[in-house]
Amino acid sequence: MAEQKKTLVVTRFDPDRDQTPTTREYEIPVEADWKVLDALNYIKAQVDPTLSHRWSCRMAVCGSCGMNVNGEPKLTCKQPLSAYGERVEVAPLANFPVIRDLVVEMDGFMERLKQVKPWIIEAKEEAKREGTNRQSHAELMDFKQFSMCINCMLCYAACPVVANEPDYLGPAALALGHRYNQDTRDHGGVERNQILRDDGGVFSCSYANECSEVCPKGVDPAGAIQQAKLNNVLDWAKRFVVPRRKPRAPTAAAQSDEPGRG
Amino acid sequence: MGYSFEACRDAVRAGDAGMDVQRHDIVIVGGGCAGLRAAIAVLHQNPAASVALVSKVYPMRSHTVSAEGGAAAVARDDDSIEMHGYDTVKGSDFLGDQDVIQYFVEQAPAELAQLERWGCPFSRNEDGSVATRAFGGMTTKRTWYATDKIGFHMLHALFQTSMQYENIVRLDEHFVTKLLVDGGRCGGVVALDLRSGEMKAVLGRAVILCTGGAGKIWPFTTNGNIKTGDGMALAYREGAPLKDMEFVQYHPTGLPGTGILITEATRGEGGYLLNTEGERFLLTRDYGVGAKAELGPRDMISRAIMLEVRAGRGISVPGKIGEYAHLDLRHLGEEIIDGRLPFVRELARSYAGVDPVREPIPVRPVLHYMMGGVDVDIEGRTCIEGLYAAGETACVSLNGANRLGSNSLTECLVFGARAGVHAVGFAREGGAGDAAEPQLLEQCSAEAARIEALRGSKRGDETLAGLREALNLTMEEGTGVYREQSAMARTVSAVAELRKRYQNLHLLDSSRVFNTELTEALELGNLIEVAETVAVAAKARKESRGAHACEDFPTRDDQNFLHHSLVHRTPEGPPRFDTKAVTLGTWEPEERKY
Repeated sequence: MAEQKKTLVVTRFDPDRDQTPTTREYEIPVEADWKVLDALNYIKAQVDPTLSHRWSCRMAVCGSCGMNVNGEPKLTCKQPLSAYGERVEVAPLANFPVIRDLVVEMDGFMERLKQVKPWIIEAKEEAKREGTNRQSHAELMDFKQFSMCINCMLCYAACPVVANEPDYLGPAALALGHRYNQDTRDHGGVERNQILRDDGGVFSCSYANECSEVCPKGVDPAGAIQQAKLNNVLDWAKRFVVPRRKPRAPTAAAQSDEPGRG
Repeated sequence: MGYSFEACRDAVRAGDAGMDVQRHDIVIVGGGCAGLRAAIAVLHQNPAASVALVSKVYPMRSHTVSAEGGAAAVARDDDSIEMHGYDTVKGSDFLGDQDVIQYFVEQAPAELAQLERWGCPFSRNEDGSVATRAFGGMTTKRTWYATDKIGFHMLHALFQTSMQYENIVRLDEHFVTKLLVDGGRCGGVVALDLRSGEMKAVLGRAVILCTGGAGKIWPFTTNGNIKTGDGMALAYREGAPLKDMEFVQYHPTGLPGTGILITEATRGEGGYLLNTEGERFLLTRDYGVGAKAELGPRDMISRAIMLEVRAGRGISVPGKIGEYAHLDLRHLGEEIIDGRLPFVRELARSYAGVDPVREPIPVRPVLHYMMGGVDVDIEGRTCIEGLYAAGETACVSLNGANRLGSNSLTECLVFGARAGVHAVGFAREGGAGDAAEPQLLEQCSAEAARIEALRGSKRGDETLAGLREALNLTMEEGTGVYREQSAMARTVSAVAELRKRYQNLHLLDSSRVFNTELTEALELGNLIEVAETVAVAAKARKESRGAHACEDFPTRDDQNFLHHSLVHRTPEGPPRFDTKAVTLGTWEPEERKY
C-alpha cells in the first residue's frame, strides 16, 4: 500500500517574536486510522518540536484538545483525519485570545463557570447531615445530559453571541447552571436563576443552536438554555403562588438489588 | 493560622530570588481527585486556611477524568466492611498493610456518600438509592457508578464544588519543578508558569503531592499524556524513598494501538473474554480465578490473556502490533450497553471501528496503574517533615502487589482527605519552612537558573522523541506482564544509560511562552527517574506476587519476600535498595486462589 501523505496547515504564533499569527505547512505521512491530534503529535515529535498544543487523554473526555479544523471547532483526538482531503487547516479555537500557536487563553471561561455557582446548594437544615439522597432515574435524567460537558469550549468557538457580546456567560456555563437547577438535590435555584437571567445570561442567547451542533458530547447547551429561559419565566411567576418543594429524606445507599440504570 | 488570605494574594517580589513569591498554609500539587479532596478537607477543618492548588493542567483535565467503571464502598445489606477488607487484602496478594486497609474500608462509604451530596450523578436503583455493580475480585456488588464515566463525574463534581471556596488559590498550568526542602523540612515548591515562562515560589507550611501515576513510562498505556510521575520524582529527588514500585498494574482490556481503556465494568455487567476459538478461556482453563471467571482480579486476567496469546489462541488485528483477546458484550443487548456502558460503545466505535452491540471488541493487557509510589504512612506523611502525598502518587500500601478495580478512586478520596486534615493540623502548629525562608528562596534562584539553562539547550544530539521511545521499549521488555531476570537486568542498565543520555538533550524551542518542549523535557526527566526505581525494585523481587510475575521465580515466597520494597535515590550512582515490613493483623497470608 502506498504511503499516504497529507499537508497540515498549522497556525503558528509566538508572542515573543510575532506581531500576528502566521501559518506553517507540514507535509507528513499519515495512517488511515489517525485522528487530527495524531498528526499534530507526529509533527511535534518528528518534525517541529517548537509547536505548542494542549492534549492529554486522547479519548475524548479531558477536553484539552479543542481546535478549529478547516474552520470548524473540533475535538482533535476524536476527529478522524480521514474526514479531510489532502490539506487540513488547524487553527486555535475562535473567540478566544491566543497564548501561543494552538493554545488559547481560558481565564474568561473559567470565571464564567464559577459565576453560575456550579455546586450543590443545600437547604440549611440538610447541610450537616450524612448518608445519601434518593433520586429517581427520571429525576437523574432531568439533568444528566447537561452534566456531560467536558469544558472543551468548542461551543464558545462556534457561538455567534460569544463573538459579539463580551459579558455573555456562554453555552457551557449556562448549561451547567441549568444542570444544577434541575438536580433534585440542589436548593439554589432561586439565587442561581438571578444569575442566569441577568445581563449576559440566558436571555442573551439568540438560539442559533451552533453550540449544540458542535458539542462532541451531545450535551445540547442550546436546549438547556431554552429550558432555563422557560424556568426563569415560570420561577418568576411561581414565587407568588406556590410554596417551595420540601427536601426528600436522606437514605442509606444501595439497599435494593434492582438493576441500576444510567 | 499565620498568613491571612489577603497576604497570600498579595504576592510580593523577593529581591534576592527575583521572582514572584506566594505564601500559603497548604500547597497542593495536582488537581485531580486526591488533590481536590485534600483541598476541600483542609478548608472544612480550618475555613481560614489558605490553600494553593498548583496543577500543570486545568484541574478538570486531570487524569481522574478517564476513570470509567466506578468507586468501591460497602453499600448493601449483603456486604460488610470485613468482606471489603478481606477482598482488598487478598487482591493485594497479602502485601497491603492491614491497618491501612481497615481504615480505608471503614471510611469509604462516608466518603462516597459525601460525593453524592456534592452532586456526583451516580446511577440509581429503582427505589432511588445509589446503584452498585460487580467488579473484579470483589465478593459482592459494591462499586458505585455513574454509567461508565465515574472518573469524569467525580472530577467535575469535586472541581465544581471546590469553586465555592475563595481560599483555594488555583495556580492552573503551573508545572512544579522542585520541592523546597531545607534541613529535612518541606516549605513549598517552585513552579514554572507555563503561560509566562516565569518561575514562581509557592511557599507553604505543608505540601501535599497528588500528581497521579507515571504510565507514560510504557509505550502501551491507558494513561493520558500528562501522567509522567512528576510528584514521585519530586519527592524521590529530595530523599523520600519510593515504595513497591515493581508492582504496576496491567489492565486486561485496552484497545489495539491506542491502549484506550475499556472498563472492567463491561465484565461486571456480564461481558465475556474469548480466545480465537470463541472459548471463554477463564472458565474452561485453570488461570486461578475459579468460578469468578471474568470477574477475577486484574493481574490474573492479564496473565491469562498473555498465556492464551502464547498458546497460539490470540487474535490478530490488521495493522496493529500484538495479538488480542475478544471482549464480547453482544449477549448483553443494546439496551444494557446503551444504559450502562454508553462510553464503552462510543470509544469502541470511535477508536477501534467496532460496535460492541454487533461485534466483540479486540483487547489486550495495557499498562494502567502503579501500586507503588512515594512511601507514606496512614496520615499521608512522607519521611520529609511537612511533605505529604495521596492518591496514585503515594504508596500508603492499600493496594499491595495488586489493586482491585474501583478501589483507587475511593483511595484518592479517603487518603486525600486524611492527608489534608493532618497537614492543616501540622501547619497550625507552625509547620515547616517559616524559619528557613531565605534558604528556600535561594533554592528558587538556583532552580530558575537550571530551568533557564535547559530551555532550548543544545548540549548534545539526543532528541526527546528518541529518548522517550528508548525508555518505552526497554521498560516494556523488562517490566511487562511477565518478567525475566535477564531482561530486567538489561532494563536496569539501559535506564541508567538513558539517565546519562538525558544530559545530552538537543532542544530547539527557546521561547518562554507556553514552551511545551521544555515541559516535555522536564517530564521525560521525571519518567526516567521513576522508571529506574521500577526496574531496580522489579529486579530485586525474586518471587512472583500479585502483578509482579517473574518467570525465573514463579511462586510467591513469603519466607523471603513478604516485605515492601524501598528505593532511595543516591546523589551519584545507582539507587539504593531497602525493604520494609508489611503490617499484618487480621488476615494471615494464605494461598491466593479464587
